[in-house]
Amino acid sequence: MFRRGVALPWTMIVDGHAVRTREGDTIAAALLAAGTQITHRNPVSGAPRGPWCMMGACFDCVAVVDEQRGVRTCMTLVRNGGRVDTQRD
Amino acid sequence: MTHNGTDSTDLIIVGSGPAGIAAGVEATRRGLRVLLLDENAAAGGRVWQAIEARGAGDAEEDNGLAMIRELLISDARIHHGAEVWCIEPYGAGPGGTVFWNENGAARSARASRVLLATGAIERPMPIPGWTLPGVMTVGAAQIALKTAALVPDGNSWIAGQGPLIWLYAVQVLRAGGKLGGILDLSDTAARWRALPRARRAMPDIRKGLTWIDEIERAGIVPLRATSLQAEGRGALSRITFEVKGKKQTEAADLLLLHDGVIPSLQITRALGCGHVWHERQRYWRPVTDAWGETTVPGILAAGDGAGVGGAAAAVFSGRIAGLGCAHALGRIDGATRDREAAPLRLEREKALASRPFLDVLYAPRAFVPDDATLICRCEEVSAGQIREAAARGCQGLNQLKAFTRCGMGPCQGRMCGATAAEVLARARGVHTREIEPLHTRFPARPLTVGQLAELEQEP
Repeated sequence: MFRRGVALPWTMIVDGHAVRTREGDTIAAALLAAGTQITHRNPVSGAPRGPWCMMGACFDCVAVVDEQRGVRTCMTLVRNGGRVDTQRD
Repeated sequence: MTHNGTDSTDLIIVGSGPAGIAAGVEATRRGLRVLLLDENAAAGGRVWQAIEARGAGDAEEDNGLAMIRELLISDARIHHGAEVWCIEPYGAGPGGTVFWNENGAARSARASRVLLATGAIERPMPIPGWTLPGVMTVGAAQIALKTAALVPDGNSWIAGQGPLIWLYAVQVLRAGGKLGGILDLSDTAARWRALPRARRAMPDIRKGLTWIDEIERAGIVPLRATSLQAEGRGALSRITFEVKGKKQTEAADLLLLHDGVIPSLQITRALGCGHVWHERQRYWRPVTDAWGETTVPGILAAGDGAGVGGAAAAVFSGRIAGLGCAHALGRIDGATRDREAAPLRLEREKALASRPFLDVLYAPRAFVPDDATLICRCEEVSAGQIREAAARGCQGLNQLKAFTRCGMGPCQGRMCGATAAEVLARARGVHTREIEPLHTRFPARPLTVGQLAELEQEP
């Protein structure tokens, strides 16, 4: 797992729970820092998946961001109060 | 698509890593109007990622930061969060129209020259369990470190080969992170093959040995492993590997893999640029002339995307391409271009001095994934399914799509193209370069109808 020792003044709502973050984080980095490794389920097998490349290439970090599906969380910056939900398929 | 109302400029640069930034600096100095499009939140690409926020760490980064600052105060227009999804060459003459997404809307601009400085991606490293959450690339973890100060803690393992695993491990330790261990999966025999090329690589070898020494002094003894698999239900919980013929299992909640980098070809392939095979590192790269121009007129490529040479060499390639564009567009004469480029070419040679050594020492692992191992992450196509397709007559990667759906998911083959070709080649008993590569097509990035609709409203 990852950790970090920086101030986290922002909050995003992940699957209904508050997660601390900060301005400039990508959603994927904020999720990993909070110990969340799963962002969606593979549509073929339903297997859980999470960030792999962190540079927009692999599409394994997609999630539902502010109700929009298929958003690459590694290429999307957090929004204070923003909503992120695990994509179920 | 219409060109009506589309912005027009001299040079569009795609990517703001070392090659893109250096090309932009050189081109603006020579009076070219430059538009730089970059998909990240800030300039720097991978090597200089988040450098404006975190500060420069060494002399090379000082140079990078200075160039970024020069470009920021120049007349160049720099767009971040801009994802290029299509380039339409004019066809009749050099240059073309570039389409990208920015702030939820599609936009376009025309340019007399387009420079692709799109860098490299990490070579896919399909081991059993590599799709489990908690398994990532070393490069991914380094991005998390540079942009968000994330460091691994506790049961975190690094496995693979290449300079990056040692560099990243040192960066983690210096940032106060903890590692469970490092698995060196490189081929011991490659050291002997690389030895004759070591003399010109001495500065880099010394640097690497210093890193390894620092890692060992921190109490981490890298293990030479010959196999590796990731295991867990729903997420990574342990890894099993073999050291000196003995299987060993360790608890792990983070596994970072790396097996070198390969050029990112999504755009040059879709443009139909000619490509050549690099045998030692087993990748394709676009053919470029002395000034970086591809086989498509007015479309250039520089930096790792044109052949992996590292950040230092990419800076010189970018500047040389900038000079070439300045001459092609009438800002400098041929004599000036050649005179200014000559020292840059010498410097680039120096920057590439250790490549022959590194290319042999860290030749891609000649591993053979077992039948159950997934090769295509998106469509979950296993090595066994690819072998089965080969047995049924499948010849190349485009046929493989029809046989298996390999390469047809959202990543558009970025994560499977290179390794699927290796598996298919071995199954067919031919050289990998004989395998027809994936036809990539535009849009190179996902595009919604809503974004596309915005394009018409461009003033």
